Amino acid sequence: MNISRRKMLILLPAAAVAWESVLAGTPEASPNYKMSDHWWGMLIDISKCIGCGNCVRACQTENDVPDGHFRTWVERYHVDDLHLENPTVISPDGGKEGFPAVAEDAEKYFFVPKMCNHCADSPCTQVCPVGATFISPDGVVLIDQKYCLGCAYCVQACPYGCRYVHPEKHVADKCTLCYHRITKGLTTACCEACPTGSRQLADLKNPNDPIHAFLKTHNVQVLKPQMATGAKAFYNDLDGSVR
Amino acid sequence: MSGVEGYMYPNEITLYWSVLIVLYPFITGLVAGAFILASLERVFRVEAVKPTYRLALLTALAFLLVAPLPLVLHLGHPFRSPEMYFTPHDTSAMAMFGYVYLWYLMAVLVLEIWLDYRRDIVHLSQSSKGLLRLVYKVMTLGSSNISERSLAIDERVGWIVTLVGIPSAFLLHGYVGFIFGSIKANPWWSSPLIPVVFIFSAMVSGIAGVMLIYMATTKMRGKKIDMRCVDTTAMYLFYIFIIDFSLEMLDLIHRIYEADESFRSLNFMAHTKLFFSQIVLQICLGTLVPLILLFVTQVVKLPEIVRKYMYVLSGCLALIGVFAMRWNVVIGGQLFSKSFLGYTTYKMELVTREGFLAALALALLPLLFLWILVKLLPPWPEKTASVAGD
Amino acid sequence: MSAFKDARHLFRFAGLFVLAFLIFLVVRHYYVPKSFGQYGHYRGASIGEIAQLQVKFAGHQACEDCHTDVVAKKNTGKHAHVNCEACHGALASHANDPSAVKPVLPDTSVLCARCHTASAAKPKGFPQVDPAEHSQGLPCETCHNPHSPAMDAPAAAAGGAK
Repeated sequence: MNISRRKMLILLPAAAVAWESVLAGTPEASPNYKMSDHWWGMLIDISKCIGCGNCVRACQTENDVPDGHFRTWVERYHVDDLHLENPTVISPDGGKEGFPAVAEDAEKYFFVPKMCNHCADSPCTQVCPVGATFISPDGVVLIDQKYCLGCAYCVQACPYGCRYVHPEKHVADKCTLCYHRITKGLTTACCEACPTGSRQLADLKNPNDPIHAFLKTHNVQVLKPQMATGAKAFYNDLDGSVR
Repeated sequence: MSGVEGYMYPNEITLYWSVLIVLYPFITGLVAGAFILASLERVFRVEAVKPTYRLALLTALAFLLVAPLPLVLHLGHPFRSPEMYFTPHDTSAMAMFGYVYLWYLMAVLVLEIWLDYRRDIVHLSQSSKGLLRLVYKVMTLGSSNISERSLAIDERVGWIVTLVGIPSAFLLHGYVGFIFGSIKANPWWSSPLIPVVFIFSAMVSGIAGVMLIYMATTKMRGKKIDMRCVDTTAMYLFYIFIIDFSLEMLDLIHRIYEADESFRSLNFMAHTKLFFSQIVLQICLGTLVPLILLFVTQVVKLPEIVRKYMYVLSGCLALIGVFAMRWNVVIGGQLFSKSFLGYTTYKMELVTREGFLAALALALLPLLFLWILVKLLPPWPEKTASVAGD
Repeated sequence: MSAFKDARHLFRFAGLFVLAFLIFLVVRHYYVPKSFGQYGHYRGASIGEIAQLQVKFAGHQACEDCHTDVVAKKNTGKHAHVNCEACHGALASHANDPSAVKPVLPDTSVLCARCHTASAAKPKGFPQVDPAEHSQGLPCETCHNPHSPAMDAPAAAAGGAK
């Protein structure tokens, strides 16, 4: 085969680049999905949550979450009047089977679904000693479980308590925003199972995503804003007593 | 949900950093503290503590060799540890462990010990028999040059190594303090004071440790304890203890005064779950009592035998106090919920990889290593006195 | 130079360092995964691996492609925005091979009670009943079609909260 030197100079670097991506594996799930087109977050509407626990069960099914550990969970708050700093909170088995009924009374109650906030400035990715947890180019904080040492530093660094060490795999684990679903155009398992639309996946980079209109017309908060984590789980109607 | 009071985030109920993570800073603290004691003589020319110089270096090495073990035993995947050397994450304080450890082990401690002992190593390589002879020969790196000139070079280089070793020792132990102190999620840990407190309490533990080891080994060998040495060591222990205590009190007073959102929860925890380990062990028995004992020895003229007992008691209590401090930081930081609404319990197991027996074995292993090192490279003053030159 | 003669042992010690460093570089080259650093300080290939995990919930679109009659019924009632698998559970296996995997009908006495059991903790205005009193032990589907739960009786406008 006769390849001129000039052609070789062009072909070789091209082949090297191609070989690098072969070695790197296929980074994107479906051919149509481009990471740079998306910046994922979540919208949680407290006024709609009924504490049914569907989301917790669905997440466990979808992601094989081990019992006693939670990628998402629901808390029930009971706030006594003006004592915002002292609510009574319960989360029986993470709210997986719902909550015990409360007999009619005039007190203030509400449910708060919790999950990884997929922080843009996440303290958990900052502290990982080896680069096993990271934020993907499309805004999802993920864990490379083949690389994780299981040192649990990230678990200590998360202000929201959303991480745990998998009891069998001995690596860190947490909500992946159902990355394997959202990259295929599906929504997360928790959003799919939520009967009231309290949880909704949001793509902040998509100008047509309903979250943009919602954020402009509602009062929303993130959890622990003083931590400046760049949290991307936005809560509508969040009470000041929520921890 | 046993052992939980109030509300904890569901994933917070289990403690992930066990007694092994308590042991690790205790061990590196002893390393740093022992080295600082050695540097007192080498760099700051405090001649009185010379009898402890070589012993302090060997103690530091014995503990340093054991230091990575609690960490490796704790990891979910210990065989992935090399990742910390190959892809350290530059924003993680923990990532610097591998390099700081290697630097301190090889470029400071081993180098300094080698330089100080080289003449003895060469002599021993010529006078020993069998396998031991081979060991010493390897340690000479094939050079039997112990001319005056080469020893003078060793002395000069060793001085520089010790000088560099002081900030290195601070880094070795200070970075651990920063690992805790930089976690904004945990108000019990998050503080710029923690690395400093760690370093000063490390010096307390190291000096107390070497003082005790010196007194014990001298007694065991049937020799006379050099009281001038021990008195001076105790004096430095006292002063550093004062600084350490002041720093810890500053942290406490600052917390109580500012009383931020975490204060109520942490205060309750300190008075209930941590009452024994913090109030009784760390503060009263581990700090106040030894401080008072040492203060008395500094201001009152006491007979030698009384001073010896007081030093031994203060030293032991100081070590217990420093260990309790590491316990209160590591375990205490995980006992309360980040929601500030509840507490959990630490269930220390007995025979598992991260259990009590493992911790005990790791705490005693350095003494075994020290015994081996002392046999291999005798640090006793009368042995070094027999070969001239300083 | 004679000065170096007396420092030769130091050069040997330094030489050990250099050797160890070279060995380190070689081992590192083979150890670090090729995709590491592709997008940041992590193994780029892990993103693809995570994206390939198995899907268990098919998503309502998959159900609606076949079960158009149910969709039509659901759109007439209050459960229009309740996704199929919220009640029927994860059914991607059924969507991938409908004849091979037959879904099990949920038990309404457990299913409906989860959302609709009255509790002062739930948002006011959400339809809730005391299951024991409400149906006197009869299964919910006796009166309510789960896909369009309003009863055909005049109280349809109240949304079934009795």
